[in-house]
Parts: sequence; C-alpha cells; structure tokens
Amino acid sequence: MADYTQMWSELGLDNDNHNALLENLGGAYQSIFMTQKSRPQGMGYFDFVMSEAHGLRIQELRDEQAAGRKIIGSFCVFVPEEIILALGCTSVGLCAGADFAQEEVEKVLPRNTCSLIKSFFGFKLGKVCPYMEVSDLIVGENTCDGKKKSFEIYSQMVPNFYQMDLPQTKNGGAKPMLKNEFTAFISKLEQMTGNTLTFESLKQGIDTVNAKRKALLRLSNLRAANPAPISGLDALLINQMAFLDNPIRFTEKVNALCDELETIIASKEGAKTVNAPRVIISGCPMAIPNWKLPAIIESTGAVIVGEESCIGERGQRNVTADTATTVDGLIDAIVDRYINIDCAVFTPNQERVDHIQEMVKNYNADGVIHYGLQFCQPYIMESFSVEKELENKGIPVIRIETDYSQEDMGQLSTRVEAFIEIIK
Amino acid sequence: MKNAGIDIGSRSIELVIIEDNNVIFQKQTESGYNPIERVKELTSNVQFDSIMATGYGRGIVEVAFDYPTITEIKAYGAGATALHKGIRGILDIGGQDTKVITLNENGKVLKFEMNDKCAAGTGKFLEMMATTLGYTPETFGQAALSGNSGIEINSMCAVFAESEVTSLLAKGCNRQDIALAIHQSVCRRAVGMIRRQNISSPIMFAGGVANNSCMVQLLQKALGSEVIIPKQPQFVGAYGAAILSSVTAVVGI
Repeated sequence: MADYTQMWSELGLDNDNHNALLENLGGAYQSIFMTQKSRPQGMGYFDFVMSEAHGLRIQELRDEQAAGRKIIGSFCVFVPEEIILALGCTSVGLCAGADFAQEEVEKVLPRNTCSLIKSFFGFKLGKVCPYMEVSDLIVGENTCDGKKKSFEIYSQMVPNFYQMDLPQTKNGGAKPMLKNEFTAFISKLEQMTGNTLTFESLKQGIDTVNAKRKALLRLSNLRAANPAPISGLDALLINQMAFLDNPIRFTEKVNALCDELETIIASKEGAKTVNAPRVIISGCPMAIPNWKLPAIIESTGAVIVGEESCIGERGQRNVTADTATTVDGLIDAIVDRYINIDCAVFTPNQERVDHIQEMVKNYNADGVIHYGLQFCQPYIMESFSVEKELENKGIPVIRIETDYSQEDMGQLSTRVEAFIEIIK
Repeated sequence: MKNAGIDIGSRSIELVIIEDNNVIFQKQTESGYNPIERVKELTSNVQFDSIMATGYGRGIVEVAFDYPTITEIKAYGAGATALHKGIRGILDIGGQDTKVITLNENGKVLKFEMNDKCAAGTGKFLEMMATTLGYTPETFGQAALSGNSGIEINSMCAVFAESEVTSLLAKGCNRQDIALAIHQSVCRRAVGMIRRQNISSPIMFAGGVANNSCMVQLLQKALGSEVIIPKQPQFVGAYGAAILSSVTAVVGI
C-alpha cells in the first residue's frame, strides 16, 4: 500500500490508533482469508479492495469530492443508494464491525449496548474511520431503539448528521411514511448538491444499483451448487465490499467472479468438499471486519451457503422496478422495494422466517445458525420464534449470541462444532 | 484393542481407556496452567491403540499430538448412552459450562443448549460461592443440605452473586441457609434449560457438579422424573470419547 499518512492526517485520523487498527485488521485478514484453500482467482480483486479500503478507495472518494461529488455515509440498507447516486453523490457504508476505544465509548453509552452501536462510536471517538471522516453527510436511521437513541449522542459528535425516520410496521400508513422520508432525503441532497432529481438521473441510479443487486443475486444462486464454489467467508467479504466499492466497478468484478464460479461448478470443484455440511447464517448484520462466527463455522469444515442478513440477502434481494414513466412513479417503486426489507425492527415480521426457509431450500442447506448480537433486542427476541418455526419444519437450528470480543471463542467453537456434528 | 478417551476440561482432565467396552484404566488430574504437559503426564505410562480427545482443550492436543477430536456434546451423548441405554437427556454441569443435551432413542444428539460466555450457573460459580462462604467445593453440598429454605439468590452473575452473598452475611444470615439458596439458584437455572428442551425421561446428571449431593437432591425433587447419576459423573465425557474412538478405529476413518 502506498503512503497515505498525509491523507489520513488531513482527514483528522489519529495516526497511532489508526496504525494499530490497520495492523490488527491486516493480521486477521491474513489468518482468516489468505489461509483458505481453493479460492477463486477472482477473489484477488476483493483482496485488493480490502487491502486498499483505507487507502486507495479513500483517495478515490476524495478525488470525487474534488470533482464536486458529495459522499454520503450511512449505517443501514434502508438508506436508498438509488437516490444518492441520482443526485450525483456516492454512498458508503460506515465502519461498525470491530471494538475500538471501548473505554471512551463507555463514557457516553451504557455498557449493555450492542457491539455494532458501540463500534461506530469507537471508530468516531478513536478517530480511525476514514469513511466517517470523508463523508459530507452521515445518515442515521431510526431502526432499533439502540440506534435511534444513540444517534442523539452521536449527532453531537459529527458536524453533518441527518436523521431518517422509518416505519415499524407494514400497515397502510407505512408506505406514505417511508415515501415522505425519502422525499425529505431527496430535498436534503438537492439542497446540499445544488442538483435536481430528474427522471433520467433517478432511472440511471436505479439501473446502477439494480445491476449490483443482480450480480450479488447471481453469486447467491451459484452457491446452491454442491460442492459450493466459494467459501462463505469470501462471499461475505464480497457482500461487505458492496458497501464500500464503486458500484459499477464492483458489479463488473462480481460478474467476472461469477463467470469463473460457473467454470468451477462445471468442473465439479469447489471451496469445500462435496460432503461439507452446508449452513445458512441468519440474523444481525456482519459489518467489516466482523468475521468471527463465519471463521469458526468454516474452520469446522462446514460451508456457509447464504447470509440472511442486511450484509447479505436481506439487504440485497429484490430489485427496484424500473418501468415507471415519471419521477414520482420511480420514487414509489423505490418505496415499494425498500418496504419489503424484512428487518427485525418490524412487527409482525413473518416474511423473514419465510425467507429463511426459502434460502434453506434454494441453497440446499442442512441447517441454520442464528446469529444475534448481545443486547440486540429485535433479533434476539425474534430468534425464539425463528427457532420454533424452523424446528417445527424439521430444519436444524442453533441460536448463537455473541459480541465482537474474542473471549468466547472457545465456547463458540464448541457450540458450532457440536451443531455441525448434529447436521453431518 | 485398547481405546482411550481424554476430556480436557477447564478445571480437570480425565483419561479413560477401554477394552471391549470395559473400562480398564481411568485417571483424573487438574488442568492447571499447562494442560499440554498434564496430558503428556497422564498418557505417558499407559498403552492404547487409538485415542479421541474432547473438552474445552481438545484444540490444543489436536495441534500438539495430532489427536482426533469431537465436542463434549457428542462425547457426553455417547458416554451417557453407553452407561445407561435409553437415556434421553443429559445435564452436564462442568467447570465453566452448563450443558443440556437432548438425545433420541438411539443416543443421537438432537439438540443442545449451553450457558453463555459467563460463569453463571457453572461449577466455577459454585466454587467461587463456596470460597466466599468458607467451604471447600467438597463440603459445600453437604453444608447446603443442612440449611433451611427461605433465602433467594437472584443474581446469576458470579460477580454480582458474590456481593449478594456478602450482604446476606452482613445481615446475619446463616451460612448454611445461604449455601442452600445458592444451590437452589443453580438448580433453577439448570431445570429451566431442561424444560426448554422438553426432554423425555430418563435424564442423566453428569460432570463434576453431579458429585454434589445437594445439587442431586434438588434436581431430583424439581424434575420429579428419573434422574440417573453415574458412579463417577466426571468421567462420562472421557468414557464417551473412548467409545467413539473405538468406533472410528474399527471403521478405520
């Protein structure tokens, strides 16, 4: 990696903290990803993006800024990338997948807050997230209570915070409310950029994001093959990169990788053996660099064949209909697409359990590992009904509750291994 | 053929050697700070044709000695089934884990539950509480049996429970009564885990804590069903590993 010290300083990062983070990340990446056997060659690109996530990619974003684009940082798949692109902005997902500056975080947040929320506070307080610092606008969304209330505190720490409200049910009032929020978001971006949303620009935004989703869906479908052509870790990494990389280039690279995977499948080769137990991970999102549980699962010889997660299929499935002929019609289509996201903050949320079962069937999975972040009320509460329904259908399931720390690795390994022994 | 099973737990290591399904050797030692050395000592003067490792420390012996491994869950399932045919569930309270395992009629593991990463309701929890009250782990259960009911320990966190116990002592409560309350709280938690899995009878109580007479009595009373206590409950995991080792040795995997 080139020397980006000056750029990081200009962004206001804390050099010592940031170096420590990069060193940790690099070590984890090496030991988790680069030791995998039989990786597709196409992963080389994603390895490169990962290695340059804090370097070249930030440089690109700064170049875009210099050319007049605005960078919009967000924490949730409810923030519509179509609209961001249509207004000449770039969307990036913000860092929330590792513990950092915990002591500082616990001065401003209760201890029993989920790791994901603590993480983005830690990245801010430790001054180690270049994406947060490069963003012209940071969008916080009212999903769970933890995020909603923590944004009251977080918004005091950043100069450019914007709050987006979201419905909690999918009844008649939900769509008008979401449309209202998206319209307000459009006004905000128009006012920030001086650009106006047009039919052509919105249509193009939709096309770009749809192409990305279709590429990711293609990748998902290829994982149905036995042996699975790609490890779950690599597939998760690609899904994580979907939030950081340039969307057009990313789409090309995912499609190129899929071409390669088709060859791998045709030659009956794969990331794991044909006998490898196959699991679906379902639950809380795994933001970069949260690879703990997938690494444990795949170290047992099992293979993850799908992620029912925001960083995964929940966030990326369903494209936005592009047949409307007016701006308003396209906005309605975007609302229709986003209202279908089956996040556990919604009640009731039967769609999610149905989707998990669909994934088990489509990807020929032997069982489901439900991943709940400690103190994440929506997903942990929902995990009980998910477990019950899957068991009733004869699908093996285990509920895992953990956080970003490494101290429960031993117990987690035992649980995961024992579950794999059961489904073998 | 002599088949060995070794269970490397957080508090103790057990070695069992079987020949034609009969135990011909068994030994227990403390895990200490260097379990690899302990395993070396334990296996140095004994003969066996195959071995299987289980327990929390199975990973380190897999690396150090290239032993094949299985989880404690599977090992306890195999051990309990071999000791008592038709067993349908296992409660294992060990040093740092509490596990509840559901078996089908053939002894196959169907489902299991483990405590989260803290020491709540484990052997370690009981040991810490015993120390706070001035008992050894061996005398703790007996002392609790002489206590009277009435006190309730609500906290399951080892740290909070310790301050709860300290304040009960400061109030002048009898230490036997507090000891009983602690056992009752651990029992309540274990029974909750068992009920959640809807296990059929009979259930085996295994692991080191099954040597505690108060826990055994409370559990029998609470479950009201048949609770089987093996003669040496701490060896069930190692015994199960030895049996699984004999199976894989025959099959030749």
